[in-house]
Amino acid sequence: MNIVVCVKQVPDTWAERTLRPADSCLDRASVDGVINELDEYAIEEGLLQAEAHDGEVTILSMGPQKAAESIRKALSMGADKAVHLVDDGLAGSDALGTSLALSTVLARIGFDLVILGAEATDARMGVLPAMLAERLRVPQLSLARKVEIDGNTVTVHRLTEYGYDQVVASLPAVVSVVEKINEPRYPSFKGIMAAKKKPVETLSLADAGIDPAQVGLGAAATEVLSFAKRPPRQAGTIVKDEGDGGSKAAEFLAAQKFI
Amino acid sequence: MISYRLDEEHEALRDSVADFARQIVAPVIGGYYERGEFPYEIIGRMGKLGLFGLPFPEEYGGMGGDLFALCLALEELARVDSSVAITLEAGVALGAMPIYRFGTAEQRECWLPELCSGERLAAFGLTEPGGGSDIPGGMRTTARLEGQEWVIDGSKSFITNSGTDITSVVTVLAITGGQPAPGRRPEISSVLVPAGTPGLSVGGKYSKVGWCASDTRELAFSGCRVPAGNLLGERGRGYAQFLQILDEGRIAIAALATGLAAGCVTECLRYTDERVAFGHRLGHYQGLRFKLADMEARAHTARLAWYDAAARASAGEPVKRQAAIAKLVASNAAMDNARDATQIFGGYGYMNEYPVARFYRDAKVLEIGEGTSEVQRMIIARELGVTDRD
Repeated sequence: MNIVVCVKQVPDTWAERTLRPADSCLDRASVDGVINELDEYAIEEGLLQAEAHDGEVTILSMGPQKAAESIRKALSMGADKAVHLVDDGLAGSDALGTSLALSTVLARIGFDLVILGAEATDARMGVLPAMLAERLRVPQLSLARKVEIDGNTVTVHRLTEYGYDQVVASLPAVVSVVEKINEPRYPSFKGIMAAKKKPVETLSLADAGIDPAQVGLGAAATEVLSFAKRPPRQAGTIVKDEGDGGSKAAEFLAAQKFI
Repeated sequence: MISYRLDEEHEALRDSVADFARQIVAPVIGGYYERGEFPYEIIGRMGKLGLFGLPFPEEYGGMGGDLFALCLALEELARVDSSVAITLEAGVALGAMPIYRFGTAEQRECWLPELCSGERLAAFGLTEPGGGSDIPGGMRTTARLEGQEWVIDGSKSFITNSGTDITSVVTVLAITGGQPAPGRRPEISSVLVPAGTPGLSVGGKYSKVGWCASDTRELAFSGCRVPAGNLLGERGRGYAQFLQILDEGRIAIAALATGLAAGCVTECLRYTDERVAFGHRLGHYQGLRFKLADMEARAHTARLAWYDAAARASAGEPVKRQAAIAKLVASNAAMDNARDATQIFGGYGYMNEYPVARFYRDAKVLEIGEGTSEVQRMIIARELGVTDRD
């Protein structure tokens, strides 16, 4: 089985993250890049499924040269090979442009199953899995906390506000995962050494056959008009209990639509 | 000019262990420490990460790394907690290493795969109730050959990893010859004693000042019989064997001590940025800034010392002097930094729930175990060629 895991390099979640005043794009240069946390779960799930179904895991990442570090880490975890889509023309792509670029590469390299994190910690749009599935014309199974593959059928389990869903589709398909699904492994020294010898194919827009006019900041359908720092936290409401504390607290919760 | 920069693979290993220590060890180790409980769950996960197989070849289930790789892992673990670090150090550098170094092909195949996977642990029995630094002179434990069996009598003290549920084997150093000629050392050999062998009794847990989530026991041998084939390496080579094992063990302890010293710096950096006193954050005050600068200088120097010793050892060069210097410098750094860190934290530094309190309790033993600081000075002076003529 041919499993492709899409991996995004994001600024370290623990670092102070900022937008660049010049073009309102994320400042990626000033902070360390790490694998998007949910994508680590996607890698782990890809590896587990590949181990169970005699498959192969390919890492696909679109990002600047620096993203090669994250690709290397994914290979150290145990993935077999990688494709790195890197081109200055991709900088500033929004979700539409990114999904176009990734789906073009996915169609080119072929897949039985695409796995990726349900969202990235930088932009937190969470739309990419749906866009990829739509562009590739394959089923989308979202927010999986468990994945089961049986022959040509994939079943995912997800937790919703109203209960548990089991969604079944035929392969090929796109699956997005949440952090409940597994515990990502840490790269071992053997994995780190082995990763050095694993193939990483680097593709430019031209190599991948992607029209430069449809990706990058210029082609983005969305635009950041302005941004501001998050205001400091306001002091909370203090409810003083004068015999009616319970009902005051209830009123507050009702006003916030919690109850 | 040589550089102390790590290559990409060792750097990636360090990052991997640092993430593991921060995400898996740090959140829960305080509880194990407080309860004096051995953290099987964490040790199992360290095994899955391949830490117990780091310096061993892949044919025995190892990771194909070297002593340097093991030391990097020890430093990163000890930045967060020394109990899990010493469990790894004793399991690998003292437990499995002698079997790899001196064992027959059969002995290696029998013991190493499970030890490399971290599913089982090995221990090294050298120190005795009446003999620490003056081993072999103070050694009393004997092993005598009776037919096809070694019969062991005596006792061993402070043996790390010797009483866990997953301990598989203890390498026991014992006198295997008769009364030595005056002025000569007794004949000493190493014998592998599987856990659970009749005649081996494992004492209760010691009540220790620190390293509270590691396993340390006293072992008593009374007519303990193992097959003659359990001799490890050549008969009579035990003394030379443990000198070599201890040289590497000292470098490993130096890396562990460096981790503790560096962990103190990290904790204090965070605290001096949070805590306000007399209207300013602690970092505002020069007295504390200077303290932190000294702490970082000690940690950095300690790291350079073990890097040098470990790089030489991994290249197969002699390291007796460098190993002793690294152990001396790094354990000093750990002790000094732990004292300063506790002082910076004030009352909180004396509360067990704070990592610096654990660091304070864990630091002292670094000046004692695997050769006291005095023994390191003896070695350095001897290596220097200081004369003791009248």
